Amino acid sequence: MDWEALWLSLRLGGLTVLLLIPLAIAFGRFLALRSFFGRAVAEAVVALPLVLPPTVLGFYLLVAFGSDSWIGRTYDRFIGQPLVFSFEGLLLASIIVNVPFAVQPIQRAFESIPADLRDAAATCGMSWWRMLHRIELPLAWPGILTGMVLTFAHTLGEFGVVLMVGGNIPGETRTVAIAIYDRVQAFDDQAAGRMAALLLLVSLVAIALSYALSQRIGRRHG
Amino acid sequence: MKLSRLSLAAIGAGLFIGMSIAPARAQDVPVVAAAADLHFALSEVAKAFSTETQREVRLAFGSSGNFYRQIEQGGPYQMFLSADEQLVFDLAAKALTIDDGALYAVGRLVIVAPHGSPLKIDGRMAGLKQALAGGEIKKFAIANPEHAPYGRRAEEALRHAGLWGKIENRLVLGENASQAAQFALSGGAQGGIIPYSLVLAPSVAKRGTFALIPEEWHAPLRQRMTLLKGAGETARAFYAYMQSVRARAIMRRYGFVLPGEMS
Repeated sequence: MDWEALWLSLRLGGLTVLLLIPLAIAFGRFLALRSFFGRAVAEAVVALPLVLPPTVLGFYLLVAFGSDSWIGRTYDRFIGQPLVFSFEGLLLASIIVNVPFAVQPIQRAFESIPADLRDAAATCGMSWWRMLHRIELPLAWPGILTGMVLTFAHTLGEFGVVLMVGGNIPGETRTVAIAIYDRVQAFDDQAAGRMAALLLLVSLVAIALSYALSQRIGRRHG
Repeated sequence: MKLSRLSLAAIGAGLFIGMSIAPARAQDVPVVAAAADLHFALSEVAKAFSTETQREVRLAFGSSGNFYRQIEQGGPYQMFLSADEQLVFDLAAKALTIDDGALYAVGRLVIVAPHGSPLKIDGRMAGLKQALAGGEIKKFAIANPEHAPYGRRAEEALRHAGLWGKIENRLVLGENASQAAQFALSGGAQGGIIPYSLVLAPSVAKRGTFALIPEEWHAPLRQRMTLLKGAGETARAFYAYMQSVRARAIMRRYGFVLPGEMS
């Protein structure tokens, strides 16, 4: 078992969730409540990583973050290390590929809050912030939770983008999914089997947990 | 609900702080990029190195061509052991290395077949020719000649034997030499051409039979290593260790011909 790779995957998943979810709440809510010119395009862009082959995404990210790009150069100038083939670059890529997994469930959750409820709250003189805090977020919570779990589980399983943008660098960009690939190539089927089983278990628990939680919360608020 | 949300926020903040602190990126543990044919040999060298010096290196294995691209893009490696010396010269020309490095081994190719394969193994590939003519070869594994040196040499050997045209559409290409070996010996293919150093590892040797391909059938697999710009003390120590008696003995055991010992 490659504990280092496991810890790296967990860190990547956790940080992706923590950084992406606040943005996804803001953007999902915006998409749910506002209609504006070009909305369909915005929703299509959000969904794009779902249908694009990971290698296409990986290729563009490699081009965009590489040392020849202005993003890569700027990052290198200020941080003093290149963005590609580093954990930070991997994290950035992970946030981008997970946008649909986080935004879509959250957007649906905000859409399902009845407009009357918001109107009633506004009539009672609730401030915008208080309304979000006391009414919208609690009602949207199951969607937010689903977004978190999907993002986390998907990050653990992502392979193509990680291999292209991250390489296979122990302790830096070798996630569990990559470690399995690496072990198979080294004829170490036992280690590969153990890690595969672990990943299967973690994914199953994560999904089951999200279903269980959203049901319970749904009952309490329903 | 209020309490739980508060505690959730606290857990979130705690997680964030805990995770942002990189897992004690231990001082001076360099990442070494190594050609895939070194998978077993170099792992053993690294183990001996850390017992003797109490220092550690991390090994990343892949195709030399891929590492070349990653190093060009600023990949965080301190040392590069290529399976093709030209790649080291090219990196040196781009001023990404400390110097032209050193030749550390010359590799050999073997033709392999998994147990139960209809392919009869011999170094001059008479068995392969026969099996091809009999239509018994459905899949044959080599590393990708585009970026893996061992793949390129395998192609040369097949061309030398006059079999390239017949086998080309049966090839499965491994992303690197070690994946080619995995393809060749896991039963999905009837055989393959892979590094000698890999079949000398017990976990690989037990999977099939192999024979050395005459070395004059392909350009020599001159393997060169180099320290990259920014290499630290440990990387330098490992570079020197690769040339030590102990490391050379391990490399010799994995079938490499060593500099200064060439016939």
